[in-house]
Amino acid sequence: MGSVYEPVDLEREALEDLKAFVDKLLSKPAPGSAGPTGTWRLYKPVIDSVKCIRCGICWLYCPDDVINWAPRELPVVDYIYCKGCGICSNVCPVKAIDMVLEGE
Amino acid sequence: MRVKVLMGNTAVAEAVRMAGVEVISAYPITPQTIIVERIAEMVERGELKARYVRVESEHSALAVVYGASASGARVFTATSSHGLLYMYEMLWWVANSRLPVVMAVVTRAIGPPWNIHSDHQDALTVRDAGWIIGFASSVEEAFDMTLQAYRVGEDRRVLLPVMVALDGFTLSHTCEPVRLPEESEVRGWLPPREPLPFKLEPGSYFAVGNLGPDEVTMELRWYIWRAMERAKHVIREVSADYARRFDRSVHGLIEGFRVEDAKYLVVLAGAWSGDAMEAVDMLRDEGYPVGLVRLRYVRPFPVEELRELASSVRAVLVVDRAVSMGHMGVIAGDLVSAVRGKVTVKNVIAGLGGVDVSPDDFKTMIKGFIEEYESGALDSWFYTEWYMPWVRRG
Repeated sequence: MGSVYEPVDLEREALEDLKAFVDKLLSKPAPGSAGPTGTWRLYKPVIDSVKCIRCGICWLYCPDDVINWAPRELPVVDYIYCKGCGICSNVCPVKAIDMVLEGE
Repeated sequence: MRVKVLMGNTAVAEAVRMAGVEVISAYPITPQTIIVERIAEMVERGELKARYVRVESEHSALAVVYGASASGARVFTATSSHGLLYMYEMLWWVANSRLPVVMAVVTRAIGPPWNIHSDHQDALTVRDAGWIIGFASSVEEAFDMTLQAYRVGEDRRVLLPVMVALDGFTLSHTCEPVRLPEESEVRGWLPPREPLPFKLEPGSYFAVGNLGPDEVTMELRWYIWRAMERAKHVIREVSADYARRFDRSVHGLIEGFRVEDAKYLVVLAGAWSGDAMEAVDMLRDEGYPVGLVRLRYVRPFPVEELRELASSVRAVLVVDRAVSMGHMGVIAGDLVSAVRGKVTVKNVIAGLGGVDVSPDDFKTMIKGFIEEYESGALDSWFYTEWYMPWVRRG
């Protein structure tokens, strides 16, 4: 009995579909695959370079991996992707990170 | 090929063993069935080399086999009634990921009141998720369908999960002779699973179904839609191949019974089809030109087959064991849309909650339907009636 799909084309169509399906279903880690998420931010973490003891705890805790840090160096926040969750400010042992309202 | 007398539950477990399933997960308590007990024994005895994961809920059972299937394993789980409803969320994740999970659903009523007997409300309630859904009508067919489920679901042209529904007690706990193929024959017919559509493994960096643009949700559903359309062809092909190889007479999306020269058709699915066939035989002896169509699959819905058969009859009677409240019987609703007003359709709801429907009951229903049609009493082109002879009204 006839179906809208003819058997001859099934294999080719199915493989094309499968490739496109998998491409859309799976996502690979990449910077900003959801766009510049920094635009979601309401409060901005600002690091006080005088108070900061370069311990790297903020870098360790950042859930979005947007703090760049190397041992004994000042951490730098990537504001293009930082969503402003404030975890870095919370975990900072010397209270060197202030959350500042955007636009102020 | 040897003939063994098996319970429906055992037959499904045998099929799982012969299919070489690698991961099984199940919630072991009510409403579970003996299917998973038999499999647990097989794994324990070393007859089936598989990981058996016991979990705390059906939701988790399906989640476990979802993950295992994503890693490329051939998997199986089984449930029933409320357990299936508890899986509902995961049903969609499995379908939307196009993983060829196979699950046996022993159909049983949904409460309240508590009721462990068979109707089709559980399996038919989940029909929109993207699972292929087959209904067995004998113990042997439950065995066959479970094996075919792996070939169909894992076929590159399909890649969808498959549910094999078998009626609670009338199939699951009833012993019938089953013609069992040799395991080596089955292995020859069913190749090992290819790790498609994707394979999760250590070292592969990707997420499945991460947050995405809205359009992606719609496109993914469209691919499932197309896979489901292709599944019609693949089910016909695979079941015909199986029938040739293992000497079975029934294959395809439907089974026709005395449909040649029929002027009236009865349409239904599941174990009670056998009782309805007896009624059709009796009515044929009395001169009624009636035939029967048993749906072997309700998803994908056999639109082409039904449209062709319905075009040559006067009227169709759909007997449903599940209701879509506010509309009509579930299968009737699908059939009405498939035949698109080309034929008069009557729908009878019967056997809910496992109420016994005998061949004589079917005879009464079918006779009433034919008489109504011939007297002109079926004035609207479809309507629904509840068959409850024990209820006296007025």
